[in-house]
Amino acid sequence: MSQPETPLKRTPLHAAHVRLGARMIPFGGWDMPVQYAGIVEEHRTVRSSVGCFDVSHMGEFEFRGPDALRLLQRLTTNDVSTLEIGQVQYSLLCYENGGIVDDLTLYRLADDHYMMTVNASNIDKDWAWVSRHLDGRVDARNVSEETGLIAVQGPHAERLVGRLSDVDVPAIGYYHFRRGRVAGVSGIVSRTGYTGEDGFELYLPGAGTEEVWERLLAEGKPDGTAPIGLGARDTLRLEMKYALYGNDIDETTNPLEAGLGWVVKPAKGPFLGRDAIERVRAAGPSRRLVGFEMVERAVARHGYPILHDGASVGVVTSGSYGPSVDRYIGIGYVPPSLAAAGSAIAVEVRGRGHAARVVKTPFHPPRVKR
Amino acid sequence: MATYPAELRYTREHEWAKIEGKRARVGITHYAQDQLGDVVFVELPKVGAKVTQMQTFGVVESVKAVSDLFAPLSGVVVEVNQELTKQPERVNRDPYGTGWLVVVELTNPAEAEKLMSAPQYEEFLKTAGGH
Repeated sequence: MSQPETPLKRTPLHAAHVRLGARMIPFGGWDMPVQYAGIVEEHRTVRSSVGCFDVSHMGEFEFRGPDALRLLQRLTTNDVSTLEIGQVQYSLLCYENGGIVDDLTLYRLADDHYMMTVNASNIDKDWAWVSRHLDGRVDARNVSEETGLIAVQGPHAERLVGRLSDVDVPAIGYYHFRRGRVAGVSGIVSRTGYTGEDGFELYLPGAGTEEVWERLLAEGKPDGTAPIGLGARDTLRLEMKYALYGNDIDETTNPLEAGLGWVVKPAKGPFLGRDAIERVRAAGPSRRLVGFEMVERAVARHGYPILHDGASVGVVTSGSYGPSVDRYIGIGYVPPSLAAAGSAIAVEVRGRGHAARVVKTPFHPPRVKR
Repeated sequence: MATYPAELRYTREHEWAKIEGKRARVGITHYAQDQLGDVVFVELPKVGAKVTQMQTFGVVESVKAVSDLFAPLSGVVVEVNQELTKQPERVNRDPYGTGWLVVVELTNPAEAEKLMSAPQYEEFLKTAGGH
């Protein structure tokens, strides 16, 4: 089965990755660095020091106008009315049937001005979905192409970003942001991330992104700052049990079974997917996304069956070796009866069941700033 | 140490064999470990298992990939590198030394003629290996 050949897209940092000797792979239509020094070493760098990730492939939509709030209340599952200027909210876009279009972060930039950050592989789908539901006095713009995004993550991230920025970086709370300059480039400094460590995501104009990237790596060098690829981004988020769209959540999963009920706010009023999600809530989800660790040595991977008493009862959605927990870990869907920590399950690896057990998550303690 | 030591014989699936009399020590090449990235899991046969030339005898997994291991030569497994259970990263750090996989008692030493020399393997990497 051959895919039609479409040229891979490049972020503003593509040339920088090649110069750094990164191993490049296709990801969601983009030519992205999967590793530089090695996935395990990069993972440890983020947990112990600070790492810089190019996540410029992610998408950004802006919504501006007197009806922006009303539109976003209808499109997203979380309650946008509680979002203050300078605050960030994790949320979802859902279909009418409750399936997930995408997961996202929503920024309130000003009174009537919001920014939505979406997954790279979903930009076109999300934009089509948003466009279909546009209504009222809202100017919606897809600014993905002109927006660069660098994640700076790790216990020394505050010191590094603070040194290069004119913003009072230590004063920024978790899931809050400020506008200002980093390495002389104007952008948004957001205390968010996908690693479980303290850190920032820097939204920048595409043309200034490389300057900031170079300055971060140069300035942070004495602290052990290193570039981090998508490989370690995946193991870092897995240890937190953060969902990855396309692996753990997609159009066939509803927020409640995925453990994302905390960003579904039915009391705020009607929104796309609410009725279907509330029917699931009333009946109780038929399966739950849980974390597990392998008892028998084996690596669980996306798509492997989860077994109980020899019968297939679920599926692994993500799995790997977790460098910080030094265990083979995974997440997957199981029946509610097996969702409690301690439940004995098995994962089918190369035709044979390997013992595993459901555990409490996150697998590794998060150290985000509270 | 040379990237592809002259005293070893190589397969097209990127294993090496060091033939010592009637036995051969087996591992994966520098190229294979580099392509895989960080090895986090190795599954090997037990002592006494029979392996057949160019048939799979185990699995090596990195963070991102699962890869079958192919036996360079037929025989019976007489030693297994148990250290790899706890330290699979030895396959990356020292693929021709402490990262060895198994030792096989050969049942058909003449099969070695089908394997590549180091210069042949390097030539193979230049032409077909980087697929």
